[in-house]
Amino acid sequence: MTADDGRRRDDAAAPGHDVPTGSDGGQPSPAGGGSVQPVLADEGTTSVPEPEPRPKADATAEVAVINKPTAIGFVAPALGLIGVFMMFPAVWALYLGLTNYRVTGTAAREPEFVGTDNFTRALEDPLFTSSLWITLIFMAFSGVVGQMGLGFTLAWLFRRWRGWTRRTIEVLVIMSWIIPGSVVAFLWRAFLDGEGGTLNSLIPGDVTTEWLLRQPLLAIIVFNIWRGTAFAMLLFDAALNTLPPSHLETAKVSGASTWQTLRDIVFPAVRGHMLTTALLVSMWTFNLFTPFLLTGGGPNYQTEVLAIYVYRVGFGQGDFGFGSAVSAVMLVINLIIALVYFRVLRDRRKKS
Amino acid sequence: MRLMSSIRIDETDPMATVKALLSRIGLYLFAVLIGLFFAVPMLWLLTAPFDASPGLNVAWPSFTLDNFKGVFENPRAVTSLRNSLVLAVVATGCVVVSAAFAGYALSRVRIPGRNLLLYMLMLFSAVVSGTATMVPTFLLIYEIGLINTHTGVVLILTGGMLPTALFILKDFMDSVPRSYEESAQVAGASSIQVLKDIVVPVVRPGLAVIAVWALVNIWGDFLTPFILLRSADLYPAAVVIYNFYDETGRPDLSLVSAFAFLYSIPVVLMYLFVNARYGFRFHGGIKR
Amino acid sequence: MKTYLRGSRFAAAIFASVLVLAACGGDDSDPSDDDGAAQEAPEPSDDPVHLTISHNAVRPDVVAVWIEDYVIPEFEAAMAAEGREVTVEHIEGGVDDYKTQLALDLSVGEGPDITSFDQFWTAEFAAGGLIEPLETVVGDIVNDWEGWDQIPEAVSGSLAVDGQQYGIPLGTDGRVLFFRTDLFEQAGLPTDWQPTSWDEILDAARTIQSELPDVIPMQLNAGVNMEEATTLQGFIPILLGAGGDLYADGSWQGDTPQLRETLEFYSTVFDEGLADSDMQLVTDGRDRSFEAFADGNLAIMIESDYLWRGVINPDGGFPIDGREDLVGWALIPAQQPGAGINGQDFVSASGGTGRVINPNTEHPLEAWELLSFMGSYEAQLDWVEREPRITAREDVNEVGIAEDPMQSFVAEEVLPLTWYRPGFEEYPQVSEAIQRMVENVIAGRSDVDSAAQEFHSNLEGIVGADNVSGE
Repeated sequence: MTADDGRRRDDAAAPGHDVPTGSDGGQPSPAGGGSVQPVLADEGTTSVPEPEPRPKADATAEVAVINKPTAIGFVAPALGLIGVFMMFPAVWALYLGLTNYRVTGTAAREPEFVGTDNFTRALEDPLFTSSLWITLIFMAFSGVVGQMGLGFTLAWLFRRWRGWTRRTIEVLVIMSWIIPGSVVAFLWRAFLDGEGGTLNSLIPGDVTTEWLLRQPLLAIIVFNIWRGTAFAMLLFDAALNTLPPSHLETAKVSGASTWQTLRDIVFPAVRGHMLTTALLVSMWTFNLFTPFLLTGGGPNYQTEVLAIYVYRVGFGQGDFGFGSAVSAVMLVINLIIALVYFRVLRDRRKKS
Repeated sequence: MRLMSSIRIDETDPMATVKALLSRIGLYLFAVLIGLFFAVPMLWLLTAPFDASPGLNVAWPSFTLDNFKGVFENPRAVTSLRNSLVLAVVATGCVVVSAAFAGYALSRVRIPGRNLLLYMLMLFSAVVSGTATMVPTFLLIYEIGLINTHTGVVLILTGGMLPTALFILKDFMDSVPRSYEESAQVAGASSIQVLKDIVVPVVRPGLAVIAVWALVNIWGDFLTPFILLRSADLYPAAVVIYNFYDETGRPDLSLVSAFAFLYSIPVVLMYLFVNARYGFRFHGGIKR
Repeated sequence: MKTYLRGSRFAAAIFASVLVLAACGGDDSDPSDDDGAAQEAPEPSDDPVHLTISHNAVRPDVVAVWIEDYVIPEFEAAMAAEGREVTVEHIEGGVDDYKTQLALDLSVGEGPDITSFDQFWTAEFAAGGLIEPLETVVGDIVNDWEGWDQIPEAVSGSLAVDGQQYGIPLGTDGRVLFFRTDLFEQAGLPTDWQPTSWDEILDAARTIQSELPDVIPMQLNAGVNMEEATTLQGFIPILLGAGGDLYADGSWQGDTPQLRETLEFYSTVFDEGLADSDMQLVTDGRDRSFEAFADGNLAIMIESDYLWRGVINPDGGFPIDGREDLVGWALIPAQQPGAGINGQDFVSASGGTGRVINPNTEHPLEAWELLSFMGSYEAQLDWVEREPRITAREDVNEVGIAEDPMQSFVAEEVLPLTWYRPGFEEYPQVSEAIQRMVENVIAGRSDVDSAAQEFHSNLEGIVGADNVSGE
């Protein structure tokens, strides 16, 4: 989505190019990056907020609106809860990844520290490598392409769809995210079932395709786009609302195509939002367990993303140490993904 | 994806009236398709609960309310919905309140690497959760004597939700102009007063987003209550829905569908309420 | 529907980890230390006693109904007649979550006083120190129970480890070939079918395939989603028919010629389309197979007699009207007559369930009295009157299943030649490795060669290379 950004500077002829491009993390954004409408009953999306200088968050920290002891008091409950009830079990689990905690017999009674054995074993397991590959495909197509692509498209079209159309779409997209997972499992069974499933009955002809068997990976990708587009849509909608409408007007008047408008005005302005959204969506998708609701990882491991792999080896086979070790590997991969995004973000920041 | 590109093509020439019309039609056609894509999988929830003999397909129901009668006659069903409500409301409250305090402080005080810290916490909560931490979680809660209590479940859920809640909320806080706070402080308001009277009203949409997000997650969570609770009368709906199985271990679809309906309604209503009242959207968006 | 975080693999998971943790910190919790009096005959409590019993089911499950409507009132009345105040509470369970919670609870000294128990969990739980022998928990009086004389050693042994009895078995079952006589008739096959070799099974299936193309000829469990069914009513009866065994002569059997014969048989069945691999790979495949059999779309199934008494029975999930006429059964033949394990012509495999006493119970005597009451002749008879099935007690079986030709067949013809799972704590892991091996073959991920080799090395990983023979 942002690949064209490098060309931006050469396209100075494009109208509306005076949009400042400093819209990245923590930096002031005269484009109105962070303006919040202190409006409650907010039908205000129809009137895009006027640009308002974003406060210089970091730069003005000296002007203390809160003193240190108070700040510590404010932060303590949250960090305490996170520390004790999230980090502590998490670190404990990661520690177990360095041991040979097996279910049974002497190995269970005398658990040993095995160091990196579990990691070597993971890398040697062909199902691990295939699972990693499946996870990356799943993340790329359902998360980055699917959720972000559809989420941005919807957010963009919300500028043209008004009233009833927009509200309906928005509610439907968000509902699909709100319905509890155990219920969603039944819904998608009913949707994809070979005999009498809704999808097959919508296709002309006598179709009895068992989608979860014939196209399992496609099925969970489409499922996850359905389930998770809401977040990307909301984030992009918010990002687009920060664009001054005058810029878009100018673009329109001067006859810029949609693509030109997006490339020259919209993307540069919301680049920071996009990268953050991409980061969040990638991370969530990478660690997602919900495909299990549809396929259980099958048929024959074809939809076994890493979260399901951990579940199977760690718990299914009782190989608890190994399962925890794979969780640690996932953590590292997440870090790598994050570093890539941060790198991109920083490069852009330098350029501007 | 094909549809998306076709729309772009349609929009390339907005001057020509015909093309504009086509573009309009295409746009609405796309709206219909997208609407169907999101709506059709949900149809089962509207037909099956009212069908005398529901199956795993969507059919015009031979209308009955007996399925609901069956659910209400099950002593656990109503209790479990009440338990879900208690857990969700209390845990969401904990998440929102502690995230509001911490998010505000983190937004206003310069702590080196705070973004990194927040990000790392969020990473941990996303990766090392669920199955991996199940046993440490059980033992931790057992050691502090909170097995088979809602308190234990609330604490674990709160700890797991907080990093992401903080991450999102701090961004909302960052975008609140400080000038208001400064003038309030000059007038002698305490930090808590500033937060309560000035910041919270401004970031209320953000708090609403966090609340809905947390509540939806807690409402659907199966693993934590399953691991930590033992008494049937404490189970939330996410656990009890698996009790509507017949002797062979198959879901009894009459009961499951009606219960699924009742189980989904509260969160959907809550969303619709919040959406109407505060607008369920991220103002300004998350930019890190 | 084993789609959720609740399959028995999940249970095994938690269970596994709990064993680990129990083993780490559990050495100081030997109940004989805590309660030195347990070895001597315990005295009845003078104070009111409250017992809890869990069975992993809710009404209308037969056992749940039996516990609530018969066991609890009868036992409480019997105690009251002795002037003792004992109350019993039935803790209802979900479906598959049971083992999980039980393991977690036992690991920290909690849990119900009496609990239902699958036979093949015994060694695992015992190895993790989560359960204790009855003698240790209650005392020597357990050996005086009249019921032991009525329970065949093979059956009671399923709840024993190293000669120590951990609980009272409830019943057992047997695997047979079920077939639809109506479909056999349409295909021109005998309705009193009794194959004597694998080829005769394959021939019958091929006949169905050509005569009734819309019908799935047979069901041979082969998927990981089928869980223990793949091992016990798929792989094992075939392996035994090839003359193989899972554990023999003091070691686990890995990549043996018999294993390869077994996998070849699977390969033949699925390559020729005699069985439907879809049913093996979907998450609700077992239900689909039951449904297909009930609807007359599936001709032959290897199943436990559970199919007869718990699935296609009038109250079952997939009732077959007139099952006596429409469903036939036959012994599972060896590859060739005499080629089976121990030179047998026919083979089978059995599982079973039982009940154990929580080693942490505060009332071991009363718990034992309740447990033995539930295993008594009268109580067992009341149970089988609700659901005719083979119990652990021979005196009950003589009366309880006399009217049921299928159950009688299992008791008389199948049980004498059956096979029980080896009582090792590693068994559940081995079983899981078997399921993966077989699924990989039928899904085309592995050929017989590589699947057998992979299983061998997996087996070595589980039990140690020294304890595996074959190759």
